[in-house]
Amino acid sequence: MTGIGWIQIALFCAVVLALVRPLGLYMTRVFAGERTLLSPVLAPLERGLYRLAGIDARHEQTWLGYGLAMLVFHALGFLLLYAILRLQEGLPLNPMGQAAVAPDLAFNTAASFVTNTNWQNYGGEGTLSYLSQMLGLTQQNFLSAATGIALAMALIRGFSRASAGTVGSFWVDLTRCTLYVLLPLCVGLTLFYVWQGIPQTLGAYVEATTLEGARQTIAVGPVASQVAVKMLGTNGGGLFNANAAHPFENPTALANFVQIVTIFALGAALTNVFGRMVGDERQGWAILSAMGALFLAGTAVTYWAESAGSPVLNGLGLTGGNMEGKEVRFGIVASALFAVVTTAASCGAVNSMHDSFTALGGMIPMINMQLGEIIVGGVGAGLYGMLVFVVVAIFVSGLMVGRTPEYLGKKIEAREVKMAMLAILCLPLMMLGLTAVATVVPAGLAGPANAGPHGFSEILYAFTSAAANNGSAFGGLTGNTPFYNTTLALGMLVGRFFVIIPALVIAGSLAAKRTVPASAGTFPTHGGLFVGLLVGVILIVGGLTFFPSLALGPIVEHLAGAAGQTFSTGG
Amino acid sequence: MLRHLRPALVLLVVLTAVTGLAYPLAMTGIAGAIFPAKAAGSLVERDGKLVGSSLIGQSFTSARYFQGRPSATSAADPADAAKTVPSPYNAAGSAGSNLGPTSAALAERVKADVERWRAENPGQAVPVDLVTTSGSGLDPDLSPEAALFQVPRIARTRGLPEDRLRDLVGRQVQGRLLGILGEPRVNVLALNLALDDLAAK
Repeated sequence: MTGIGWIQIALFCAVVLALVRPLGLYMTRVFAGERTLLSPVLAPLERGLYRLAGIDARHEQTWLGYGLAMLVFHALGFLLLYAILRLQEGLPLNPMGQAAVAPDLAFNTAASFVTNTNWQNYGGEGTLSYLSQMLGLTQQNFLSAATGIALAMALIRGFSRASAGTVGSFWVDLTRCTLYVLLPLCVGLTLFYVWQGIPQTLGAYVEATTLEGARQTIAVGPVASQVAVKMLGTNGGGLFNANAAHPFENPTALANFVQIVTIFALGAALTNVFGRMVGDERQGWAILSAMGALFLAGTAVTYWAESAGSPVLNGLGLTGGNMEGKEVRFGIVASALFAVVTTAASCGAVNSMHDSFTALGGMIPMINMQLGEIIVGGVGAGLYGMLVFVVVAIFVSGLMVGRTPEYLGKKIEAREVKMAMLAILCLPLMMLGLTAVATVVPAGLAGPANAGPHGFSEILYAFTSAAANNGSAFGGLTGNTPFYNTTLALGMLVGRFFVIIPALVIAGSLAAKRTVPASAGTFPTHGGLFVGLLVGVILIVGGLTFFPSLALGPIVEHLAGAAGQTFSTGG
Repeated sequence: MLRHLRPALVLLVVLTAVTGLAYPLAMTGIAGAIFPAKAAGSLVERDGKLVGSSLIGQSFTSARYFQGRPSATSAADPADAAKTVPSPYNAAGSAGSNLGPTSAALAERVKADVERWRAENPGQAVPVDLVTTSGSGLDPDLSPEAALFQVPRIARTRGLPEDRLRDLVGRQVQGRLLGILGEPRVNVLALNLALDDLAAK
C-alpha cells in the first residue's frame, strides 16, 4: 500500500460525497414532477409519450398496481430482448455476421439484463451484433436501472406519506428517470469517454498488420454510449468480453476514475433523496454513513491483500503485489478500488479479473454481494435493500428496550418485519442453495477452471453474483452451458423480484399508516448509535449466513496459499 | 393486468427507440464529428499502412522489439473449431487467464517466465508485470521498470548504446494524471515505433 494509493481512494470518496446533495436535489425535484433545467426540452416529449400510452400522470397506483405494472413491463421487455438475440442474424447492423444466440444463452442474457444483473455468459465481441448491443442491451441498461430507481421512490414514499393509499405511478417514475436523469447524464458521459479514447462507431472490426507483420483483427463498436449507461445505471454488462479491463472500454486512469464515481453517484445521491423526502436530510446521511463504514473496511482489506500479493508468486522472487489479471494503467490500487465499488454497488463491471485476485482480496467482493449489495448498492436497489435492513435493525432495537419500534414516525409491526425477513432470506436461499446443487451434480462440477478451494469459490461467486444481481464473475467458470445458463437465470430472477415485491408490500403498508409524533422515548435514527446498530445487524445477519461457505472457499485457500500449497486440475 | 398492457407496450417501444436507437446513433454521429480518430478506435498508421491501435497491445516476440506482457487470449483452433489455441493479443477475443492464487498452472507459467527473463538480466529482480497476464489480454502498456529491464537486450540486438535507449524509454513514460491518478506507464507500440525511428537514423 502506498500514500499515493490512499490519496486516490480519498479523492474518490470526496468526489462521490460532493455529488450527493446536488444530484439528490435534482432527483427529488424530478420525481416530484417539478420543473427542472431540462423541462423546456423534455416536458413536451414526456407529455406526448403519456398521451400515446394513455397514461394520466396525476393518477397514482397502490403498491399492488405499481408492482403489476412493473411486472408486465418486465415481461414484455424480456420477450423483446429474447427475440432480438434469437433473430440477430437476419437483422440489420450486423457487420460481422454474428449468428443467432442459442436459446439457453438468450434466456440467460435476457434474464440477466432485465434484472439489472448483466452477467456475461456471452462473449461480447464474438457473439453479439451491434443491433443486439444497442437495441437489446443498451436499452435494458437504461430501463432496468430506471426500474430500480422507480421502486426505491415507491418505498421512500411509503416512509414519507401518512394515511395514503398510493405510492406513486410506475409509468411516470420510469419515464422521468429515463428521460430526466439517465439520458442527459449519459449524453455528456459518452462524449467525455470518446474524448478519453473509447470508440463509438458502427464500422466493422479493423484489420491491422502489426510491426512484426502479423494480422490483428481489432474489435470496435458503439462502445462509449453503452459504457456510459452501464456504469451510471450500475448495470455492468460490457460490449467486450473483458469488460472494463478492455482498453477500449476503459482507456485511461481518468476514464477509470469517472467510471467508478458514476457507479456510486446515483446510489449515494438516493440516500439524500430519501432524507429530503422524509423531511430530514440527516436520515439520509445516517444511512450513507453505515454504507460508507462498510465500504471503507472492504476497500482497506482488498487493497492490503492485493498489495501484499500471493505467497505462491512472491515465493518466486516477485515483488510489487498481485498483477495477474490487472492492467498496468490501473495498477493495484485502482483495480482493488474498482472491485470493491463494483460489488458494493450492483454494477458488476470489472477492470481486473476477480478470479485472479488473492484469496482474501477476492473474498471482499463476494461478501459485498452476499450482504445484499446495500453498500450504496445498485441504483435504487441498494436503497430499498438497505431500508429493508433498517426495518430489521429498528425491530431489533425495539426488542432490546421493550417498545413498539418506530422509524420516522411509522410503527414497524409484524407485517413489515415479516416482509423484510422474506427479502433478506431469499438471497442466501439462492446463493447457497444453488451453489450446493452445483457442487454435487456433474454438470455443475464441470464448470470451474481452477482446482481445489478456488474452484468452489468460482461456483459460489457465480450464484452469489447472480442472486445479488451483480453480474461480475470469477471468470474461469464455464457458465455458458445449459445447466449454468438456466440455474443462474433462476438465481437472478428470484434475487430481483423476491426482494422487490416484499419491498413494495412494505411501501404500501407504511404509506397507509398514520404518523406518530416523536416523544422522549423515540430512538433517534440520525445519530452514531443508530448507524452502529445498523452496521452490526447487517454484519451479524450476513456473517452468520455466509461464514461457513466462505470458510470452505477463500479462507481455506488463503491458508493453503500461505503454506505454499497449489492445486492442479485433472490431477 | 390488461389495463397495464397499453402503457407497458407504448413505453417499451418508445423508450427502446429512444435509448436503444436514437441515443447510440446520435452519439455515434456527434462523436464521429468531434473526435473522428478516437471514435474510430485510435488507429495508428505508418507509411500509410495500418499497424494497430494505440490503445490495444500487440504481440511482440522478436528480440529486436520491446515485448509487452504475456497475454491469455485465445482463438479458435484452425484444425478443430470446437477447440481453442493460445493466440496472444487477439483483439477480437479479449480475456484474462482467470487463474487463481493457488493455481499450479499459474505458478508453473510464472516460474518459467521468471527464469527466462532472469537469463536476460542475471541478478536483477524481474518486474511483476512482465510475467503476469493482464485482465484483457490486450494491455498496451508496460511499467517503466519493465521497459528499462529490456534495454540491455535491445542494445545488443540493435547495436544501439544503452543510454540512448534509456533516454528513449524515459521520453515515452506517461506519468500519473496530475501526479495522482493511475500508474506510470509506457505504451509498447509507441515505444517500438520510436525505437524503429531511432534505429533508422
